[in-house]
Amino acid sequence: MSGAPASVAAADVERVFRDDYGRAVATLTRLLGDLGLAEEAVQDAFAAALATWPRDGVPANPAGWIVTTARNRAIDRLRRESTRQQRHEQAWTLNAPEDAQEVGPVRDDRLRLIFTCCHPALSPAAQVALTLRMIAGLRTDQIARCFLVPETTMAQRIVRAKNKIAAAGIPYRVPRDADLPDRLRSVLSVVYLVFNEGYVASTGEALGDADLAGEAIRLGRLLVDLMPDEPEARGLLALMLLTESRRAARTDDDGALVRLPDQDRTRWDAALVAEGQEHVRWCLRRGRPGSYQVQAAIAAVHSDADTAADTDWRQVLALYDQLMSIAPSPVIALNRAVAVGEVHGPADALREVDALPLADYHLLHAVRADLLARLGRRDEARAAYDAAMALTGNAAEREFLAGRRARA
Amino acid sequence: MPLYLLSVCYPADAQQPEPERLQRIMADVGAWRDAVVARGSWVFGGGLHDPSTATTVLDRDGEVLLTDGPFIEAKEQIGGITVIEAADLDEAIEMASAQSRATTTPIEVRPFMHGGTG
Repeated sequence: MSGAPASVAAADVERVFRDDYGRAVATLTRLLGDLGLAEEAVQDAFAAALATWPRDGVPANPAGWIVTTARNRAIDRLRRESTRQQRHEQAWTLNAPEDAQEVGPVRDDRLRLIFTCCHPALSPAAQVALTLRMIAGLRTDQIARCFLVPETTMAQRIVRAKNKIAAAGIPYRVPRDADLPDRLRSVLSVVYLVFNEGYVASTGEALGDADLAGEAIRLGRLLVDLMPDEPEARGLLALMLLTESRRAARTDDDGALVRLPDQDRTRWDAALVAEGQEHVRWCLRRGRPGSYQVQAAIAAVHSDADTAADTDWRQVLALYDQLMSIAPSPVIALNRAVAVGEVHGPADALREVDALPLADYHLLHAVRADLLARLGRRDEARAAYDAAMALTGNAAEREFLAGRRARA
Repeated sequence: MPLYLLSVCYPADAQQPEPERLQRIMADVGAWRDAVVARGSWVFGGGLHDPSTATTVLDRDGEVLLTDGPFIEAKEQIGGITVIEAADLDEAIEMASAQSRATTTPIEVRPFMHGGTG
């Protein structure tokens, strides 16, 4: 590919960066034993790629080229900076005859890096930032824009987290079996947090140039790829795919929110639905249900219905019962009450809603308002819509509730 | 091997536990200490007298200023410290969890600089 146009080579660098940044950092972290050094080395390698690929062409194995170059740059850097004996020794270990391009360890490297970035000794905000930076390969300014914080704030958050990993000795390894369920939960919740951030933001103004929901799905696919036997990882991916499949139908032409029962289901993304449902079926066959899997199964029941009226609400209710036994929470009880309203009627549902300790949660009042309206208690319904509107911070949602109130 | 400081934290206004409960806690803490010693992770540690027994010392150009009481006036206090050796934070957290079960208080885990050697 010698003599490729510079723009093509630059696009190749960009693509390799997106696909292989996390992989390269993971491998270098194993070789160097230090996340910060690994990142510097990989960035050096990508800078070198930008300088040489347009001139010499894109190498046959771009990812391998990046790892090898990063390793050589790290050796150079350590030699240059080795004022301390320790650094000399580090440079020597790098020269050990170990092939940095092997496939097996690389796979484990990425898993190790994910568990390091999502270590529960780091705050959830730091876990999210590190994961997007190290695994997804987003730039700090992109992450900052996604979370509406100044770039310096996000940069400090990432530096602080990296310092803590090094200083406190947060290990770079896949947790022991005994710790794995807890630690995996922490990883999955980081990915779901990223997804929900993208999902909510997309109803408002456009934010930044990174698509967080898309990044979360990419991370979800990576987790399933790295841990194919973990049903909850697959459940999370299915849940995200099925939710994302409705994106186009979730807002109307004016950008206003459209509720699930009112959505134009022909606008659902059939490929994402099929992929999500395939994962749900895999989970059902596996028979080790967990919170994400059951939520995905509920989403799959909705995806099965060609119209809202075709929804199998009895199955939805049965799944919510299962969810309440696995991971009981007032918010899930509220969603279950909606299913109760469809199966047993609004009076039963209202009784359940009124027993929930969620007075400050706008959706409780929105659900209550809908149920009251169905019961013909219009004044109470309007008051409940008012309460919901007063509690929501999202403009699109407030507008939507105002519309419901006007029709009540 | 990295060194970690484990600090036993408790609210400054906490009452001393009932004698029976205190005895139970002391026994549990003793068992925890024995276990940490047995795994070869024990470096140093012990309980501290009440913060009101502290003296704060500041040397300014050879002039020593003494203050009666702790330097940090806080709602939380440190009741005792332990220095342990651990391979990494996960191992330190494992020992801190067992200590927290014994003391029934939060435990702060903090790494020493340069593995405690300087």
